[in-house]
This record gives sequence, structure tokens and C-alpha cells, in this order.
Amino acid sequence: MSTELVLLAVLMFAVTYPTRALGLLTPGLERLPRVAFDYLQLVGPAVLAAIAAVNVIVVTDDAGTPSFHVGVEWLAVLVCLAITAWRKNLLFGLIAAVAVVVIARETGLAAMPA
Amino acid sequence: MTDPTNPRAPEPTAPTDADLPGTSLAESRRRLLLEALGIGVSAAGFGFVFGLAARDAVYSPIEAIAMSTIVFAGAAQFAAVGYVASGLAWPGVVFLTALLNARHLLYSAALAPWLREVPFWRRAVMAHLLTDEAFALTIGHFRRVGRTDERGYWIAAIASTFIPWNLATIGGVLLGAQIPDPARFGIDIIFPAAMIGLAVGLVTGRRELVAAITGAGVGVVVALLTAPSIGIVVGGVIGPAVGLLVPASLARETAPLGTPASADRYAMPGTHLSRGSEPPRNPFDLPDPTDPNEEGPP
Repeated sequence: MSTELVLLAVLMFAVTYPTRALGLLTPGLERLPRVAFDYLQLVGPAVLAAIAAVNVIVVTDDAGTPSFHVGVEWLAVLVCLAITAWRKNLLFGLIAAVAVVVIARETGLAAMPA
Repeated sequence: MTDPTNPRAPEPTAPTDADLPGTSLAESRRRLLLEALGIGVSAAGFGFVFGLAARDAVYSPIEAIAMSTIVFAGAAQFAAVGYVASGLAWPGVVFLTALLNARHLLYSAALAPWLREVPFWRRAVMAHLLTDEAFALTIGHFRRVGRTDERGYWIAAIASTFIPWNLATIGGVLLGAQIPDPARFGIDIIFPAAMIGLAVGLVTGRRELVAAITGAGVGVVVALLTAPSIGIVVGGVIGPAVGLLVPASLARETAPLGTPASADRYAMPGTHLSRGSEPPRNPFDLPDPTDPNEEGPP
């Protein structure tokens, strides 16, 4: 059983823990410039949206060459986005996204991923 | 009077009976437990999905469990699944994790005045368990009782999130192995759908919206020109910078980071704790000394 990513988890902990501990264990955090905190507020949506978009729009072949992909995954992700925004419930969105993909693949409207 | 979520506020004083507002400790703890139960159910569901996604990205059970116990940060863990699957080098994964989790700085600064009397080593343990959910539950509980309740923090951090998240991760990664053809059941779509759903939960104003759209657009273009992993990094770095170009007057921010309202939104979408009950407050804004409604320190 692979344990290689355990080291990655430790490295991720090493950069996460200080952000959690700094305020609790040391004073003066509020002296950081305001723009730094404003930037931090925007990192989450930007990173997560980039991951989602790249995941469904860009595919790579065996040689690692990226190419543009259009498929039912777009629709599924958009459905999840709409339902999550509407119902404020990610689980509903995920269920709907999975349903869209399963139905499209089972009925032959979409191909199975390579 | 000052706000304890404001790190610039004067030092809080030791609690006395006269300081205690109407809600009793027992009453507030009961409410905390109820809220923790709701969060726990959601954390379990989401932890299960993380376990499935991790297994789909060829994590071994030990690796998935290590992520949930050692990192213990849902969004970063999900993102790491994508980074690893896209072949991003570890320094890139660590860098993006640092960016994504930097928001905890604000939570920890906001809780610091309440927990100052707790022994150092226990605060050090508390820090590892500080999540969006723990912050949202704890700050609400502390405000209700008007003083620090260390046991309340442990309830919020461990019972509501740490235990269900980790147990569900184990369940997801082990049960995922029983599914013969994951694509047939649409499991491959869970990860990108979860990412976009989490992003939706974070869009609380125009700046976030611009950052998200820019991050996605730049990410895709750069990924097509170079590689998916590079696209994600570049989109994640440039998106926020472009978002900052939106003037604050036009941002229409509804839940500044570090406030209970923000944590509420950043918690698992669908588990909003105090919708409408807490006005958005920014811990880095100085309190208004002329406002007679400012909440008191503990």
C-alpha cells in the first residue's frame, strides 16, 4: 500500500498549522497590511474555480499534451453550480451532477471517459 | 464596548457574573450541541465524498486518512486531490495549500482574545482543530455566554467536525474500493462538481466573483498552453489579484473573511448556522466608539 502522500500531508500540515496557530499563540497579527487580508479572501474562490474549470475543460492525452474538451461534464458541473447557488446545499448539487452524468452515459448520450 | 473578534480591540477583562448576558452556559451548550450535530452530519457526508474522490485519484487508504487527520482542512484536501491527479509537483501543492488555508489566520486572530487564558499547550492543540466550522460554532457560543468556555471549543472542534470527517473519510476510501467501474456511477464528476460548489459558497461579493471567473478563465487558457497543473497555479494566483481591482465601494461584500458570517458561508454549504442572525463584521475594522450597540468583551 502506497504511503508516499503521507509525506505530502505532513508538508501541507507544515504550511497550514502556522496559519491556525499564529493568532492563538502570538499577538500582533492585525498589523499585517489590509490588502494582504483582502487578497486572502479572494484566493479560495479563484483556486477552486480554476481547479473545477481545468478539470472539466482540459484533458491530456497519453503524451501529456493538453487539449480542449467538450462533454456532459460541463453540464453536470453547471447543474451543480446552479443548485448549490440556489439551494445553498452542496450535497444536493453533487447528487444532481452525478445523476446528469450517469443518465447521459447510460443512455449513450455521452461517452465514458477514456 | 468592543468586539472580541476585533484583534485591535482593547484587552478583554476577566469574566464576572455581572458580565454574563442572558443565555446560561448550559443553555448555550445545548444549542452548541444541536448545531454541532447538524455540522457533524454534513461533515460526515462530505468526508465520505472526499474519501471517494481520494480513492478515485489513486490515494491509498493510509494516504487519504493521513490527509484527513494531519492536514484536516476540507477545501485544501479536495484541492490536493486535483493537484495530485493533474501531476502538480509537490512544492506547487504546498504553495497552493498555504494560500488556500491562509484564511485561518483571521479565525485564529479573532478567537485569540477569548482563549488567552487557556494554557499554551492546549491552545497549540486547539490550533490544529481550528476549521471554518469550529470557528463559526465557537464564536457564536462564546458570544452567547459572554465568556470563554473551553469545553465548548472542544465540542465544536472535535465532535462536530474532526471525528465525523475522519470516520467518513475512512468509509469513503474503503467503500470506494468496492465500486468496480467508478465512471459508470459518475464518481469522476464528484471532484470538479465539489470544487465549483465550494467556490459558490465563497462568493460573497463582486470581488470574489471576479476572482473566481478570472481564476477559471486564466487557469483554462494557461492549462491549454502549458499543462493543467500550471494553469491551476496561475489561475489561483492571478484571479485574486484581478479581484482586488474591483473598488471596495463596488464590492458589495456580504460576509468579510474572519467574521461569523464568513465562516458560516465557508462551512459546508447547506449547513448555515446563523443565517440572518449575525451581521457581517470585519475583525480588522476598528469598532465604532460612538455605537452604543457594540458588543462587550468577555
